[in-house]
Amino acid sequence: MTTLTPVLSANWDRHDSFTLEGYRADGGYEGLRTALTMEPDTIVDLIKSSGLRGRGGAGFPTGMKWGFLPKDNPNPRYLVVNADESEPGTCKDVPLMLANPHSLIEGVAVAAYAIRSHQAFIYVRGEVLHVIRRLKQAVEEAREANLIGPDVLGSGFDLDVVVHAGAGAYICGEETALLDSLEGYRGQPRLKPPFPAVAGLYSSPTVVNNVESIASVPLIVRHGAEWFTAMGTEKSAGFGFFSLSGHVERPGQYEAPLGVTLRELLDMAGGVRAGHSLKFWTPGGSSTPIFTDEHLDTPLDFESVSAAGSMLGTRALQIFDETTCVVHAVGRWIEFYAHESCGKCTPCREGNYWMVQVLDRLERGEGTEADLEKLLDICDNLLGRAFCALGDGAASPVMSSIKYFRQEYIDHVTHGGCPFDHRKATVWGGTA
Amino acid sequence: MSSTFSEEVRARLEVDAKDVIARYPQQRSALLPLLHLVQAEEGYVSQAGIRFCADQLGLTTAEVTAVVTFYTMYKRRPVGDYHVGVCTNTLCAIMGGDEIFAGLKEHLGVGNDEATEDGRVSIEHVECNAACDFAPVVMVNWEFFDNQTPESAKRLVDDLRLGKDVRPTRGPEGLCTFKEAGRLLAGFSDGHAGEGTQAGEPSLQGLRLAHERGWAAPEPGAASDRRTGDEGSAK
Repeated sequence: MTTLTPVLSANWDRHDSFTLEGYRADGGYEGLRTALTMEPDTIVDLIKSSGLRGRGGAGFPTGMKWGFLPKDNPNPRYLVVNADESEPGTCKDVPLMLANPHSLIEGVAVAAYAIRSHQAFIYVRGEVLHVIRRLKQAVEEAREANLIGPDVLGSGFDLDVVVHAGAGAYICGEETALLDSLEGYRGQPRLKPPFPAVAGLYSSPTVVNNVESIASVPLIVRHGAEWFTAMGTEKSAGFGFFSLSGHVERPGQYEAPLGVTLRELLDMAGGVRAGHSLKFWTPGGSSTPIFTDEHLDTPLDFESVSAAGSMLGTRALQIFDETTCVVHAVGRWIEFYAHESCGKCTPCREGNYWMVQVLDRLERGEGTEADLEKLLDICDNLLGRAFCALGDGAASPVMSSIKYFRQEYIDHVTHGGCPFDHRKATVWGGTA
Repeated sequence: MSSTFSEEVRARLEVDAKDVIARYPQQRSALLPLLHLVQAEEGYVSQAGIRFCADQLGLTTAEVTAVVTFYTMYKRRPVGDYHVGVCTNTLCAIMGGDEIFAGLKEHLGVGNDEATEDGRVSIEHVECNAACDFAPVVMVNWEFFDNQTPESAKRLVDDLRLGKDVRPTRGPEGLCTFKEAGRLLAGFSDGHAGEGTQAGEPSLQGLRLAHERGWAAPEPGAASDRRTGDEGSAK
């Protein structure tokens, strides 16, 4: 049986966990002290050997990303933290920054030192005021304590950290759209290559990493790669937040080794809400194909989830019980993708707009069975045909829900509308 | 409405703008925070606000307008002093967000993205705000009001209209106005970071369970052949 491994959340029950004093009481900034005694390249190698993979969804090896920075480019290097958490279901970075912002600031200092950058930006979504307050306070405290700023802890290393608030656009969580937004433009994804490592912020070599990835770095420096690889699986090393939400008794953050299963997590969280049963769930946010109760024992690591037809994504486990209409759920997600599509690529801009209308008429009872083929055809023209993954993400819930719940779509046609009473799915309507 | 700020406003904002622009290696990066700054002045981004940003950064008003219209947090007309966002993305909608939003519209007699006649409260349905384990979620001026019901949300907007003290679930001891929120977003601290809880109950579920059952990450230096965080069964 897998057990929980609270690491980044270990101090969250301290009332002062977000202050410098509270963070230092449990060894905070020891990772930075150790790092400053090491050669930057040695830290990059350490992170490579730890097997840490990006915690923002794509799972790209963090150390390898750092290693892609060209050695001969004379431009300044930038570190950009992607704190634009907004993938539906994903709710781990926001509580982390609220409770323990210094773990991120320490990570920024170590990572910037390792990649030889003197300027870091934390791009945080704008819709979370208190998180922004906590981040800014942490930056100020760290600067006063010489943990960032000029000549960090007397090492000769200079680092400026800027907290930059976004303005409401899901697409800015995509790393190149984020960079455009940080440059003061509309947040639209860039065609890759070149990748940010070669031409990122201001066309300079840039590393963009997720909050949880960066916050994990000082702990690996402090405790070693072996400590990290002792958790998780061979190819999905370490721990991560598993965020349970929806129809579950005790929703919340569960920090566990990668490879834990939903069955184990549900057991820890008190199960699906009383009197109900699991219908479908997302392993890593709305952009990852849905799973059903067939997948309760799928190890939640990158390889196993992918082999089962979905993606680990951000480990955002949204749990839906049998009171939930899958067509309604998917319809709402597609409204979201249509709203958030930046409009740059035609398949995504038009495809999502069309899918909203098709799903809408199915809900209203004006659909036909041919609409299922229409949806799949649109997905076929969306998947892999846009600059960024937003289009692919939109195809995921549609295709996977038709795969597992085709009959439910047809029921909307034969029933002349949605056969579900949506009130039963609410928190107050679900008492069995 | 004038299409430029008065001399007094302009002079005051130019001091702030200088501070914002100085944070960045290239000045255009200051555009998003500057737009938050002008929104803090008027409660929305007006033509005067756009003109001001364009002047500060050497851009055309068309270039600035293109950016303003891309981001949903920039409002093109005044919202209420308290802007209430109800999450109606799938998870929150299903958990009750749809009922909450429908209830508020009826209770206040306004539609999506509209304000009450007294200008106190406006409502809008918002997308996922990264608090799914607290569903259904309502935001007021971008502060968290977790685990809402149709009744609690109606009480909340009534209190806001009556000027009663309202405290976010995870946030400072009082709410700032929509305009004040803009200054914070532009990068100017308001001194409230130390207030409020460090973590809500759902954020602590895993940690509490680990304490209860004696679970922990492996001790540093204790790494053995067997992968820890895994009791018994072989993989």
